[in-house]
Amino acid sequence: MQISFTLNGRPTTVEVEPATLVAELLREQLNLTGTHIGCDTSQCGACVVHLNGLPVKSCTLLAPALDGATLLTIEGLQGAPGSNQMHPMQEAFREHHGLQCGFCTPGMLMTAIALAAEKPDLTEADVRHGLEGNICRCTGYQNIVVSVMAGAAAMTAAKGE
Amino acid sequence: MGNVIGIGAAPKRKEDQRFLTGRGNYVSDIKRPGATAGVFVRSPHAHAFLRSIDKSAALAAPGVIAVLTGDDVRADGLGSLPCGWGISDAKGVPMKEPPFPMLAQGKVRFVGDMVAFVIAETPEQANTAAELLNVDYDVLPSVVGVLEAVRPDAPQLFDDVPNNICCDWELGDKAAVESAFRKAAHVAKLSLVNNRLIGNPMEPRAAIAEYEPGTDRFTLWTTSQFPHVVRFLMGALVLNIPQHKLRVVAPDVGGGFGVKQFHYGEEAVITWAARRVMRPIKWVASRSEGYVSDRHGRDHVTEAELALDETGKFLAFRVNTLANMGGYLSTFGPNIPTNLYGPLLGGVYTTPAIYCNVKVVFTNTVPVDAYRGAGRPEATFVLERIVDVAAAEMGIDRVEIRRRNMIPKEAYPYQTPVLVQYDSGDPMGCLDGALAAADVKSFGIRKAASASKGKFRGLGYSTYVEACGLAPSRFAGRLGARGGLYESATVRVHPTGQVTVMIGTHNHGQGHETTFAQIVSDKLGVAFDNVDIVFGDTDRVQFGMGTYGSRSLVVGGAALSKATDKVIAKGKKIASHLLEAAEVDIQFEAGKFSVAGTDRMKTFEQIAGAAYVPHNYPLEVLEPGLEEQAYYDPVNFTYPGGCHIAEVEVDPETGTVTLVNYTAVDDVGTVINPMIVEGQLHGGIVQGVGQALFENAVYDESSGQLLSGSLMDYCMPRADHMPMMKVATHSTLCTHTPMGVKGCGEVGTIGSPAAVINAVVDALSHLGVTHVDMPATPNRIWRLLQNASLPVAAE
Repeated sequence: MQISFTLNGRPTTVEVEPATLVAELLREQLNLTGTHIGCDTSQCGACVVHLNGLPVKSCTLLAPALDGATLLTIEGLQGAPGSNQMHPMQEAFREHHGLQCGFCTPGMLMTAIALAAEKPDLTEADVRHGLEGNICRCTGYQNIVVSVMAGAAAMTAAKGE
Repeated sequence: MGNVIGIGAAPKRKEDQRFLTGRGNYVSDIKRPGATAGVFVRSPHAHAFLRSIDKSAALAAPGVIAVLTGDDVRADGLGSLPCGWGISDAKGVPMKEPPFPMLAQGKVRFVGDMVAFVIAETPEQANTAAELLNVDYDVLPSVVGVLEAVRPDAPQLFDDVPNNICCDWELGDKAAVESAFRKAAHVAKLSLVNNRLIGNPMEPRAAIAEYEPGTDRFTLWTTSQFPHVVRFLMGALVLNIPQHKLRVVAPDVGGGFGVKQFHYGEEAVITWAARRVMRPIKWVASRSEGYVSDRHGRDHVTEAELALDETGKFLAFRVNTLANMGGYLSTFGPNIPTNLYGPLLGGVYTTPAIYCNVKVVFTNTVPVDAYRGAGRPEATFVLERIVDVAAAEMGIDRVEIRRRNMIPKEAYPYQTPVLVQYDSGDPMGCLDGALAAADVKSFGIRKAASASKGKFRGLGYSTYVEACGLAPSRFAGRLGARGGLYESATVRVHPTGQVTVMIGTHNHGQGHETTFAQIVSDKLGVAFDNVDIVFGDTDRVQFGMGTYGSRSLVVGGAALSKATDKVIAKGKKIASHLLEAAEVDIQFEAGKFSVAGTDRMKTFEQIAGAAYVPHNYPLEVLEPGLEEQAYYDPVNFTYPGGCHIAEVEVDPETGTVTLVNYTAVDDVGTVINPMIVEGQLHGGIVQGVGQALFENAVYDESSGQLLSGSLMDYCMPRADHMPMMKVATHSTLCTHTPMGVKGCGEVGTIGSPAAVINAVVDALSHLGVTHVDMPATPNRIWRLLQNASLPVAAE
C-alpha cells in the first residue's frame, strides 16, 4: 500500500507492506539508520521517534499509521541540511557526557526532547521517571539525567529569545 | 586548527557528533548489495540427542537459498570453536575440553544451542523457512544448577567428562590455611550464591559476511570487542582461511561489557556460509535470541570461611566454589572463575594464608564467560561479605575490622599469598575519602529519619582491589593463556603534521577516540583536533588483542605512548640533520625540536614535512617517513581499587530496597580524562547495583528453559532506580605502566555489589538477618522479613 506523511519536514510517499513496522521502514527502506532496534518487547526505547509531536516506540507502530502524519526522527533534529548545528538537547548530551556507546542515544534524545517540551521546569525526579522507558547500559543514567535537565533549560531559554 | 589538549583535561568526546546525530555506523546499519538474510535455528531443548534434520520443507519455502546444519560443518572438515585458556588441576591434569561445534552435532546442550542456519532472500522468508525445518530431538534429562550437576546421578553432558566437572582447580597453600584455622580464635562462615547475569549491551549482536571470488577474500563485519582475535581464532582454527584472505571489521559497537569479546559460532557459520551461497549474508539477533546465545556471566555457589585471631586480624581464608560453565567452553570461560577469581581473594588485606578450590562445572545452560568485572566481582563479593559477617559475630565495627587488616600504603609493593603482587595502592586513603564524602558521621540521623517513616536504613562498605590491564603475557601463559596479551599501536604522522593512530583495542563507548588523542596531543604537542584514532578493522590496524579486562588504556595506551616516543626519537634525528647539531643536543618540547641553549628550532610540522619530502634529509643513515609502531606487554597486572559506600532504605511493607545514596572513591592511577573516567565509574557502579538488586538469569530446573528470557523478565536498572552517585578518585600511580594508569572500566561493577548487599544486611541486621543473596528483590526481602518472625514495624 502507498502511504504519505511528513518525514523530518519533507513530504514523503512510500510503498509499504501493511505489516511493516515504522522502525523497519525507517531503517531498511528509507536508510534512516539513526533509529535503533534494541529489543523485541518495546522495553528499551532505542527506537523512539516523534509521531505528530509525541514520543512513540517505532518498533511497535505499523507503517500504515503514518499516513497523513508528521514524523520526526533523530536525523531531523539538526538545523538546515549541511549545517553542523545541533539541537540544544544534543549539545547538552555532548557537554555533559550523556552518552557512551551511542546506541540508546537517539531514543534517549527523542524522549528527552518530548519530556522537556511537555514540562519546561523538569525536576530530577521528573527526568528519571520520564526516562523509565529508555534503557541505557553504559552511563548509569547519571549524566543522561544531568544532560536532559541542562538541555531542557537550554530549550526553554531558546524559546524565550 | 585547535589546541593541544593533554593528559588530565576533559575535552568533549570526538565520537559524540556521529552518535548524537544518528550517524553511527553499527553492524546492523550496514547494507551490502545483493545481501541475503540469515536466521539461526536454535534448540528449544536443554539437552537432547539430535536424531535427524529434515531440510526439505524449509528448502522448498519461498526465497530460501540454503539450509546448513552440523552435518555440513562436519562434511567440510571445519574446526571446533576454540577456548583461549587451558587450565589444569593441582596435579597438572589439563581441564576437560570437549569440542564446541559451531552447529550442533549429535547432541544439543542448552536452550539456544544452534542446530541450523537458514539463508533466504529476506529475513521474513528466512524466519518462515526456519519454522519449517523438521528437527527430530530425543529429549534427555537436563541439569542447570552446579550443585545438582556434580551429583553422581546427574545427567551427563559429555561422555568423557565425569560428574560434569571440567576442572577441579585450586590455588594457595592448603596446609598453611588448615594450620591457621586450628589456631583461630574465631571462624566466620558464609554460604552464598553469585547470581547469574546477562550482559545486555543495548546493541544486539549482529554480523554480515561477504566473499569476493575475484580476490578469494572474506569480509566479516561483526559486533566484536576484538576483531583481530576473531580473525585469528576463526581463520586459523575454525574455518581454515588464511589471515591475509580474511578481513574482520568491528565498526561502531553498541556496548560490549564482555558479551562481545568472544568468538561466537554465529561468526564462523555466517562467514563459511557466505562462500557457499556466493552472496553477502546479514544476521541480526533479536534481544530474545541474545538472551539464549550471548554468553552469560557469574553463577557461582560458594562456601567461605575466614579465620581470625581474638583482635579481629585475619589469619586465613578458605573458599570453595562451584562455578557454572554452561554447556560448552567459551573463549575465556574457564579462566574467569579461576585465574581472575582466586588471586583476588586477598583483597586489600594482609591475610597471610589463602586457599581456594574451584570446581568448574558443565550444565545445560548458555556458556558462561566474562561479563564486566569477570571473576573479580565474585571474589570481592565473597570477601567483603564475610568480613562483615566476621565483624558482626565478633562485635567489631565494620570499618574498624577493615582498618585492622588493611595493607598500609607503605607496605606496597605487596606480595599476596595468591600469586599476585600489588605494585601500589592506598586502601586506607580511599576508605577515609569515602567515609567523608558519604557523610557517614550523620548516618544515625538519616537512619532515625527513615525509622520515623517506618523504613529500615542501612549502610554498606566495600573496600576492594582488582587486577586488570590484561595481561602480562608470561604470567598469563603460566596461568594457562594460549596466547600473549600485549597490545600494539601505530602512530602515522602525515606530511603536514596531523596524526592518525592505528590501535588494536576497540572503542565501544569508552571514549578511546578522545582519550588516546589526548595522549598524542600531550606527547607530540599537536592539536587535539589533528589526531584521529582508527580501530576495529583488521585491514587498517596492524594487530591487536582488543578491549576487555580494563586493558585499553593500560596496555593499548602504553603501546601508544611508546610509539609516540619512537616518533620523537626519529624526529630528533631529522632535526639534528636539519639544524646541523648533534642529536644529543636536540630537545623536544611543546611540539618543537630545538638545539639546547639556542633559539634554533624546527616545529613538529616542519620535521614531518622534511620526513616526507626528503630533499634535505640524511638519506644515507635514515629512512624517510614518520610512522612508528610499538608493541607493549605489561610486566604485571594493574591493581585499581577503592572504597564504595552504599546507603539503602528498605520498606518492610513491600520488601522494596531503595538505593538512596552511593559514594565511591576509587584509585585508578593517572586520570587522562576525568569526565570519561567518571562516566565509566557511573556505568560500572550501576551494573553492579543491577546485580545486587535487580538482575537474575533464572533457569527452570526441570525443563532447562530460560525463564528470564526478555527485558520483560530480566530486570535491568532504569533511570529511576538510582540516586545521584558521588564518585571521586584517590589515585596512587601504577609503578610499571608508562603513564601510571591502572584502568577504570570495571572497578564500579567490582566494588558495588558487596557495598549494596552489606547495606541491605545492615538495614535488616536488627531482625537477625546475617546474609541476603543477590538480587535483593522485593520478593526475596519480603519473604525474609516474614520468616524472620520478628516484629517488622520499625520502632
